Amino acid sequence: MNQVAITHTQWQPICQQSDLVADSGVCALVGDDSSGKTSGKKSIALFFIPGAEPQLYAIDNRDPFANAGVIARGIVAEVDGELTVSSPLYKQHFRLSDGVCLEDENVKLATYPTAFDGETVLVSTGPEES
Amino acid sequence: MVKQKLIVIGNGMVGHHFLEQLASRPEKELFDVTVFCAEPRPAYDRVHLSEYFAGRSADDLAMGKIEQYRDWGFELLLNDAAVSIDRKNKVVTSESGAEKSYDKLILATGSYPFVPPIPGHEHEKCFVYRTLEDLDAIRAASEKATTGVVVGGGLLGLEAANALKELGLEAHVVEFAPGLMSVQLDEGGSELLQHKIEDLGVTVHASTATELIEEKDGRLRMQFKGDRELTTDLIVFSAGIRPEDKLAKSAGLQLGERGGIVIDEACRTSDGNIFAIGECALYNNFIYGLVAPGYTMARNTVSILCGEEALFTGADMSTKLKLLGVQVGSIGDAHGRAEGAAAITFVDEQSGVYKRMITDAEGKQLLGAVMVGDTDDYDQLLQYHLNGIELPEQPEQLILPAADGAAPTLGAGALPETATICSCHNVSKGDIVQSVQGGCCSLGEVKDATKASTGCGGCSALLKNVVDEELAALGMEVNNDLCPHFPHTRQEIFHMVQVEEIKTFDELLEKHGRGNGCEICKPTVASILASLWNEHVHEKPHVGLQDTNDTFMANMQKNGSYSVVPRVPGGEITPDKLIVLGQVAKKYDLYTKITGGQRVDLFGARLEQLPEIWRELIDAGFETGHAYGKALRTVKSCVGSTWCRFGVQDSVAMALDVENRYKGLRSPHKIKMAVSGCTRECAEAQSKDVGVIATENGWNLFVCGNGGMRPRHADLFATDLDDETLIKYIDRFLMFYVRTADKLQRTSVWLENLDGGLDYLREVIIDDKLGICDELEAQMANIVGTYQCEWKTAINDPEMLKRFRQFVNTDEPDEKIVFVEERGQPRPAEEEEIVKIAEPA
Ligand code: SRM
Ligand SMILES: Cc1cc2nc3c(=O)[nH]c(=O)nc-3n(C[C@H](O)[C@H](O)[C@H](O)COP(=O)(O)OP(=O)(O)OC[C@H]3O[C@@H](n4cnc5c(N)ncnc54)[C@H](O)[C@@H]3O)c2cc1C
Ligand code: SF4
Ligand code: FES
Repeated sequence: MNQVAITHTQWQPICQQSDLVADSGVCALVGDDSSGKTSGKKSIALFFIPGAEPQLYAIDNRDPFANAGVIARGIVAEVDGELTVSSPLYKQHFRLSDGVCLEDENVKLATYPTAFDGETVLVSTGPEES
Repeated sequence: MVKQKLIVIGNGMVGHHFLEQLASRPEKELFDVTVFCAEPRPAYDRVHLSEYFAGRSADDLAMGKIEQYRDWGFELLLNDAAVSIDRKNKVVTSESGAEKSYDKLILATGSYPFVPPIPGHEHEKCFVYRTLEDLDAIRAASEKATTGVVVGGGLLGLEAANALKELGLEAHVVEFAPGLMSVQLDEGGSELLQHKIEDLGVTVHASTATELIEEKDGRLRMQFKGDRELTTDLIVFSAGIRPEDKLAKSAGLQLGERGGIVIDEACRTSDGNIFAIGECALYNNFIYGLVAPGYTMARNTVSILCGEEALFTGADMSTKLKLLGVQVGSIGDAHGRAEGAAAITFVDEQSGVYKRMITDAEGKQLLGAVMVGDTDDYDQLLQYHLNGIELPEQPEQLILPAADGAAPTLGAGALPETATICSCHNVSKGDIVQSVQGGCCSLGEVKDATKASTGCGGCSALLKNVVDEELAALGMEVNNDLCPHFPHTRQEIFHMVQVEEIKTFDELLEKHGRGNGCEICKPTVASILASLWNEHVHEKPHVGLQDTNDTFMANMQKNGSYSVVPRVPGGEITPDKLIVLGQVAKKYDLYTKITGGQRVDLFGARLEQLPEIWRELIDAGFETGHAYGKALRTVKSCVGSTWCRFGVQDSVAMALDVENRYKGLRSPHKIKMAVSGCTRECAEAQSKDVGVIATENGWNLFVCGNGGMRPRHADLFATDLDDETLIKYIDRFLMFYVRTADKLQRTSVWLENLDGGLDYLREVIIDDKLGICDELEAQMANIVGTYQCEWKTAINDPEMLKRFRQFVNTDEPDEKIVFVEERGQPRPAEEEEIVKIAEPA
């Protein structure tokens, strides 16, 4: 798990592990909430794959091809040994590890560091990890 | 560049083939093309004309499409016959007065039916059998008739007799010669054919000459030579064809003694700028009354116009066909007229099989053959004949029944490269081998690339052999794997899941797969599991396998919102339920539309609203409509006998029964059905996977129709079924499809790929040839018995409901889903509109 990152990034507790669905995605709203408005917020997709290493992935929920927030509702698909999510609208594959679109490598979704703190799911939405 | 002016007169099968060939070549650009077509529609498939009576429409039979000609840039003048050719000024004039000049002229005027000049032959109840209009007229006349007579016992005459029988008439065939099909068959074959056809209820009057036709008491009396007579309601003349050469004659082109436009090996007439092709052309004093030789002439002529060399040196007239259900085949010199010819004959009177081979004096070469009752040997014998392959030591083995299975078979490998496999499209074994070597690795791809087997279809078995053998020779294995994670076909996986009683994806993956699965295998396996065990899609092990629509039991729209489609079985709905739909739509501000499937679709629900909406609908008595699943969609109905003055059965009740029986069934692709109350077919059952049409005596069952991208007319599968048998057949049919189809394969494509086609399907479903019908029925009973409304289960299960939260960490809605109003209803906002709404100016 992303142990190293914990000390360097701004972690936000998002939800409990029981909110995740194994081998599938859920969606969460993250970002600065101090204004009380949601417009500064981002919706991200969380994928929990118990059999993989790492087990947890956070990736932008917005499908850039369809411009709709649907990535969390895609199917997890393994392509040439790599885990991806296939968009439910037009089926492009996005690599879970780095967000790159396999059909068009110029398109990339933001990805975020994730971690479990006990049962709690943490996501860092600070500057992207390299 | 000045284009050459090319005129084609006649848009029949051969004329069309000529234009299609030309259009496929780059040289097309060198010509300005004008086509005169005497018929009111462009070319259609005359070879399959009789299927018009069996339910195929004029559209189904169409070969040339008006748009197609437009795309090619060819001018098509419909309903406008050419009436004269001015060879000096090279101008063609038409009936409507159009005058067109040409550099090159193609005559493809075909032929017309010969009507013997018997007094009375012009009576309005006398018909011929050549065009769609002829068939319309015969059909109309048959409605008030009980008896029909065909004059002429040749190939076409027997086909016409069959048509009369199918129209419900008592059918007679009157033949002048001593036997039927005298052109193709020898005496023995012809005799046996007559017996068989009489057994089927068609009366044959051989050696009978008609002397007079007269009206008597509103019917027709036929007076035969020798004081015999016959009374009938209509007469169809099928006494041979005559080349349509009037135009050529008046233009002064050379004709044969008994008609036909004389052509040379380059298909040129006596005028070097004028060509003749198809049934109007006379080559070597011979008219070729089949379509394949005409196609060869058409192709050759295109080549010649493009500056290539191509010679027509005659064509093979062998035929294999099924007449009134009797198989008949004739190859080469069927009568053994060649010098020194020897014959070997096999007759089995018990099962009604007659076969005869004609060999040369040494018994080394096959000169001809005749077979009636069994044409299984036809393909093989034809190859011996066409390719001059030396016959085996004991040639009789080729036609004798295989006593110990040891009859020598001629593998595709024994054929020379030049062997013609498909005569309709002149595709040789070499062409096929080349296409396989060029990368085609399935039968379908070879068909697309070479057009082999896309004409009469007679060569399909042989084509498959050649393709299989060539693939094997290249060490290629056809890859039908589902995806990289499962080296198996869908059918194999279905079998494994069933036999090993596998209940989850993970278990299957562990036993038979590799890796982690993908968006192809996961939904496919989920569908198989559902077809077999019918567990809720949201049961833990299945939930990650589904496409989004299945997961959320709704169809995702382009902005991430969903549509809601409650089931409205048979399209029947009470006013109260209709009001509920309106109330729910209003409350949640949903866009409302009547669908093409006779129900109402509510669009624009946000994910988190779906459970609430469904709770209200379910409380009002609605169930899920499975619009999201590869499952039964709708059973369309017409109002039927309850209200409609024409209805002969209660089609709504049947549609309700059928929809309620099969709702929820998961299948390789969606399934649509319809039930019509009479032949007027207001429910469009013939475009559905399963179509039911009421008859006076019960129901006719149609299968494997399709609308959508590649429409296909359903095939008539069984007739006059009672309710129980109808349901039994549909049970079996659906389960057999569910078991054996490929992923995302509609029933239409499935049938087209099924070896043995419709006949085989009938054997499996009706005759239980595979002995699986009990099992298929039991499997269906299990599905029917375990049905649950998935939405009803879901709204009562808090665990499942968790899945419908937009965000796991807040109850806020997705603010990016924005609607604007149009025509009084909401619709998804366009991107620019969203920007405007977000930052008001
Ligand atoms: C709503 C409706 C159009 C309408 O406004 O009337 C519709 C809408 C869709 N159709 Fe359809 N089809 C609808 C009737 C039809 C019909 C007409 C019919 O059923 O009588 C056809 C042709 C008949 C047929 O299928 O043979 C039809 C042929 C298709 C096809 C092409 C199928 C084919 O075999 O070629 C697709 C694509 C596919 O399934 O792969 C499709 C797919 C779709 C999808 C699911 C596309 C998608 O993936 O988003 C549409 C979404 C529906 C939704 O969001 O709720 N739809 N679609 C109709 C719903 C009927 C219903 O009550 O369930
Ligand atoms: C019921 C039936 C079953 C058959 N079954 C078989 C079979 O199983 N196998 C097989 O090989 N063959 C079969 N045939 C024969 C096959 O249909 C013909 O060989 C084929 O249609 C010949 O094509 P064609 O273009 O030469 O003539 P046609 O298809 O007859 O076309 C000629 C066209 O030219 C038009 N025309 C004529 N004069 C003019 C003019 N002056 N101006 C403009 N247009 C004109 C005609 O109206 C017609 O549309 C069958 C025929 C029939 C009727
Ligand atoms: S199909 Fe027949 S019964 Fe049904 S509505 Fe149409 S005309 Fe009436
Ligand atoms: S021989 Fe007719 S399609 Fe091949």
